[in-house]
Amino acid sequence: MSGADLRDLYQQVIMDHNKKPRNFRDMADANHLAHGNNPLCGDALVVYVKLNGDVIEDVSFQGSGCAISVASASLMTEALKGKTIAEADAIYQQVHEQMTGGEVDAATLGKLEVLGGVKEFPARVKCATLSWHTMHSAVENDADSEVTTE
Amino acid sequence: MAKLDIQAIRQDFPTLVQEIYGFPLAYLDNAATSQKPVQVIDAVADYYRKDNANVHRGVHQLSQRATDAYEGARAKVRDFLNAQSEKEVVFVRGATEAINLVAHSFVRPMLKPGDEVLISHMEHHANIVPWQMLCDEVGANLVVIPMTERGELDLSGFDDLLTSKTKIMAVGQVSNALGTINPVKMMTEKAHAKGIPVLIDGAQAVPHMPADVQDLDCDFYVFSGHKMFAPTGIGALYGKQAVLEEMVPWQGGGDMILSVSFEKTQYNELPYKFEAGTPNIAGAIGLGAAIDYMESIGIETLASYEHELLSYATEQVNELDGVRIIGTAQHKASVLSFLIEGVHPHDVGTIFDQQGVAIRAGHHCAQPVMQYFGIPATARASFAFYNTMEEVDALMGSIRKVQELFA
Repeated sequence: MSGADLRDLYQQVIMDHNKKPRNFRDMADANHLAHGNNPLCGDALVVYVKLNGDVIEDVSFQGSGCAISVASASLMTEALKGKTIAEADAIYQQVHEQMTGGEVDAATLGKLEVLGGVKEFPARVKCATLSWHTMHSAVENDADSEVTTE
Repeated sequence: MAKLDIQAIRQDFPTLVQEIYGFPLAYLDNAATSQKPVQVIDAVADYYRKDNANVHRGVHQLSQRATDAYEGARAKVRDFLNAQSEKEVVFVRGATEAINLVAHSFVRPMLKPGDEVLISHMEHHANIVPWQMLCDEVGANLVVIPMTERGELDLSGFDDLLTSKTKIMAVGQVSNALGTINPVKMMTEKAHAKGIPVLIDGAQAVPHMPADVQDLDCDFYVFSGHKMFAPTGIGALYGKQAVLEEMVPWQGGGDMILSVSFEKTQYNELPYKFEAGTPNIAGAIGLGAAIDYMESIGIETLASYEHELLSYATEQVNELDGVRIIGTAQHKASVLSFLIEGVHPHDVGTIFDQQGVAIRAGHHCAQPVMQYFGIPATARASFAFYNTMEEVDALMGSIRKVQELFA
């Protein structure tokens, strides 16, 4: 493995979302939120969700972390906005499969395919999954909740 | 002072001679753990091949050899630290266990609600958490010596922090996150003037400078073997004999007793009172071999060469735009912590790894230091005497690679 593979991890889309994260904001009318922490590397983020019935009407995040965790969170908010909880779960499963080397469905993943480069860097998988676990927890729980990955 | 033959030295360290992703490995994570020379690896293997037996028990030949080797290692540690007696050297798992031992057996019995334990802002978690646990249990207070922007201890109000309530001062000799060398001898003198006992955490100091517990006059000195070219799971606690004599045991079990009945147990003499159970015999022998190795080269010689490495690396980094060194103390050892503008240290670590450069990215088990600087983490290169100027150049190349990728 050499420099070329670094480009698989740090693809243009990832770099762009790291530099200009989408939906990177507080949400005053959020009805679900969760905190995600990776104590080992210090990544910390909050995911805000506004659910309308079972539809994710709005999703945003705030926090700090490495390029992989910020880009993953940013891509996630774009991918999940407007989706039902069931659809979001399906996407979440696909993202997880992709990063752990399982079977994936390109149509479900869409743009999220860029996160696939992470599977070659096992130490970084937790960076990419932090926001997804946090999102999952936000939707599952009514009140504030706390997610920790290591 | 003798000139080091670095290439010859590197041949003693098998792990150093390998490629990572097609690049020669530049191992710059020595503050986390050091590599081991064949002399240490062989000492451990030879013990298991030829002499393996339990210590202080059997009358048979192997047990005698194992005991001689284990106690021989203790003598080497005594000499290495310039302790007065082998009774003052307790083998433990590492600096962490040594600090916990002192917290439990020395401080706990005398700590009262409202008393104080004095540490510094730049301590490793190992020299924070045991004290915090103890203070919480007793209702005592953890008091912290502040730090400056350069990453030096702010001693302007130090005298006032040493109070009649202070039951111990526990400070690191060298900061693992910043590389700062603290003026522990002067601090010990001041603490002693007020009758306060002192523990010095030498975990990051012993690989890089001579240790002399009599000169420091500290009551306790702790270190881990694995950071000084010895195996993991072995370290030592030095304690002044008179202090250790008065302390209650740490763990109970075999080897720490003279006699046991269901009515009463008589504890063994020093240092065995603190070494319950079968010890890490092979580890101690490996530690002895590591001390021999360092002394064969000369610790002053190693220290001086490492200083050149660190100075060169610091100059090189200072010439780069967009790179900030965290920890710019006047006196430093081994450690270069830095931030590359706009890039999280974790990304830095991954990209470096792809160039064969092994560094640490994270909070270095010193989160209060990170909080002080308002940062989540740093990238940290830390040097040992087997590192080369070429490896410093590789480090700089990797920094430029990160900057290119994130441009």
